[in-house]
Amino acid sequence: MAHLTVDGQSVRVRDGANLLEAVRASGAVVPTLCHHPALEPWGGCRLCVVDITREGWNGRRRMVVACLYPAEDGLTVETSTERVLATRRVVLDLLLARCPDTPLIQRLAREHGLTHTSYRTSAEPTDCILCGLCTRACDQIGVSAIASAGRGAGREVAPPFHEPPPACIGCLACAEVCPTGHIRYEASGDRRSIWGKTFEMVHCPQCGDGHITREQAAFERERHGVPDDDVAMCDACKRARAAAMFVSLGAADGLS
Amino acid sequence: MRIDSRAAFDAVRRAAMDERARHTKEIRVCCGTGCLANGSAKVAEAFATELDAHGLRADLGFFVKKTGCHGFCQRGPLVVIQPAGILYTAVKPKDVAEIVEKTVAHDETVVRLLYRDPAHAKATIEHYDEVPFYRHQTRIAMRNIGHVDPADIHDALAHGAYAGLARALFDLQPSGVIAEIESSGLRGRGGAGFPTGRKWRSCREATGDRKFVVCNGDEGDPGAFKDRSIMEGDPHAVLEGLTIGAYAVGAHEGHIYVRDEYPLAVVNLTLAIEQARALGLLGPDILGTGFDFDVRITRGGGAFVCGESSALMRSIEGKTGEPRAKYVHATERGLFGCPTVLNNVETWADVSGILQQGCDAFRANGTAASRGTKAFSLVGKVKNTGLIELAMGTTLRHIIDDIGGGMLDDRPFKAVQTGGPSGGCVPASLLDLPVDYEQLTSAGSMMGSGGMIVMDDRTCMVDVARYFLKFLSEESCGKCTPCREGLKQLLAIYEDLVAGRGQPGDIARIETLAAAMQLGSLCELGRSAPNPVLSTLRHFRDEYESHITARACPAGTCRALTTYEIDPARCNGCHLCTAACPTEAIVGERKAPHAIEQARCLSCGACYDACNLDAVRFVPRRERTVA
Repeated sequence: MAHLTVDGQSVRVRDGANLLEAVRASGAVVPTLCHHPALEPWGGCRLCVVDITREGWNGRRRMVVACLYPAEDGLTVETSTERVLATRRVVLDLLLARCPDTPLIQRLAREHGLTHTSYRTSAEPTDCILCGLCTRACDQIGVSAIASAGRGAGREVAPPFHEPPPACIGCLACAEVCPTGHIRYEASGDRRSIWGKTFEMVHCPQCGDGHITREQAAFERERHGVPDDDVAMCDACKRARAAAMFVSLGAADGLS
Repeated sequence: MRIDSRAAFDAVRRAAMDERARHTKEIRVCCGTGCLANGSAKVAEAFATELDAHGLRADLGFFVKKTGCHGFCQRGPLVVIQPAGILYTAVKPKDVAEIVEKTVAHDETVVRLLYRDPAHAKATIEHYDEVPFYRHQTRIAMRNIGHVDPADIHDALAHGAYAGLARALFDLQPSGVIAEIESSGLRGRGGAGFPTGRKWRSCREATGDRKFVVCNGDEGDPGAFKDRSIMEGDPHAVLEGLTIGAYAVGAHEGHIYVRDEYPLAVVNLTLAIEQARALGLLGPDILGTGFDFDVRITRGGGAFVCGESSALMRSIEGKTGEPRAKYVHATERGLFGCPTVLNNVETWADVSGILQQGCDAFRANGTAASRGTKAFSLVGKVKNTGLIELAMGTTLRHIIDDIGGGMLDDRPFKAVQTGGPSGGCVPASLLDLPVDYEQLTSAGSMMGSGGMIVMDDRTCMVDVARYFLKFLSEESCGKCTPCREGLKQLLAIYEDLVAGRGQPGDIARIETLAAAMQLGSLCELGRSAPNPVLSTLRHFRDEYESHITARACPAGTCRALTTYEIDPARCNGCHLCTAACPTEAIVGERKAPHAIEQARCLSCGACYDACNLDAVRFVPRRERTVA
């Protein structure tokens, strides 16, 4: 266990935790845009900046991002010093210039006292904040169908060569994890479309719901060895099946 | 034949020196990238043919040697005739016959090809060592460049190569090598100045069976070429340093990351690695000591950010070259998650120099906190440009006046930009600043890659900042918000400033944004990106104010703010400006005062630069419109 002080409050976190866990354990609110508990911390949005110091640093403070900095024993963390708030405000100000019409950014900016950007509004407003959640989720799943392309102001999330990505299995993880709704898809009955690629759905043998694409079903079978029956069946029916099994086991044991 | 003992090493080295002693006349033709571009390969060929024709054969002691970059690229192709040490500049193949006939065969000098010192009434200087550009230098990292044939390991051995490695392996324990580097006072030559010995010690002490040493050869700053010249001209200095470092920290694998825009560096390093392996100076059981170490080259794909150490390591790993947070040091978790020492090309070349010559020889140069020498690429508005290496603590004035030969066309000095795109501009009031890490930082600039761009009064400092912002905004990887979006917005503000659309609140907006980028960016690219902005604001704030409030560019180079006109009282109608004007905007008969037709004028300033009578002058566009 590591003991830290966050905004004057003493907290304990597990070994190996990062500062964000310690900050959240203390109840302090630090905004994040690129953080997701299921993904490796990335440190791109820079909203979770905090000031840290410790004994022996002779009062020297260091500004770090909480999502990546290890929660070392004995650290004193301040989540809202003047310079932390100023830096966070500039970051939001910049994002507001990039994404002037994005409700999530508008809300966060408002919470930091910004109703309009101090900078030049983008000529091509976008909802994409380049948080990298979609590409990292895609990597994590093991598909890597999309990635960030270009650099600097030209950076964007895209499939290779801006063509329908051959590797995409249509799992929608990218769209699900996108915090601003920038990644769009269409789903209707037998078909699903994302990134310019259209998928046919596999139907649940139980309820007939088209819940998974053929490509994702194949991926689950081949990559993870999930048996055919389990791949085809939808989550709701799987749950029902498990519940029924549980009940019947209980009946056999005379527990019901 | 692999060398398997100290005695065998000494024998090979002695043989190499004996072989070199047979070179009673050596013609060294610079085949660095600059001279090659000026045709030096043909010059070398011509020498070979001409020596043959004169019967001056190798068995009689006559040799032509292709060397790496001598640094004085501006005067290339360079040829040095040894042992006399006569330097010929701008040599063409047609000059070769005369050189061979007079200098090689009869020890006479070809005066017309000698260097002429612009600082001293163009007096000719015969000897390499007496040319001011060279005389004021102290070379350690570049000790052998220009002297050795980079394609011949035996020539390198004859010049002392690998003697430092032999000393490390046979006379010193790894801890002794680290102690030697620590007492030399060597700090990282990539620009950050981290003490090299301390970095090595922490890697040595880190736990892990697999460790790496990495050489950063991704020199990407506009105008910087010191690492290029070292890799091209003396690859063994780098390999030897890397091997010594590997021995010290306990690594068995090394990587050299070279940008692919340096093809000759890749060729020469590859050849050097093969030759070192063949002699048992790389590979298993080096020099028979049981120490195994080998090196691989990774070519960089042309992203400036890959010069940042964590992005570089990701690139070697085959991932996108993007930085990661360095809260855990690379010496604990670096390449492939293993303890790693990453140093710059020049640092590695210094390491082999220190082990060869001893730490005291290195320490004897420099200042208390910045020991040794430092390579710089001296470019811009000075008479002599090129690659130089000097003791730390040399003043900027000495570099510009004595080595650089003073300002080009004797125009007034305005600033010197140091440290590459994320460095800063140092004004005339700080010209006596001794150049070391701390002093440059205190002046709002930095050591960085050792780039040094001298600027005269015709340089607009607002536009200089804009130029570097443009470069950085294109080279930011775009991973973190402050760097990506901040550079985009800073650039937009600067484009407005130079176009005459500046607003009263701009300076404050620039400062707020710069502070957030310094504090909030992920890597050093973003953290240091505001340096060109802040240093010009600090030293040349009046130029900013002039752009914003008076809509005037004091240097007269921001076209949107400047118009040119001809003073009829001074103009003698010589037509020089007419010839220089790209748009035929200048009218007037020969020998009668000229005038500029404003409708056709681009405000490029070509007429101003061409005029010998100071008859062309510039005024703020606004004043002209009012008049």
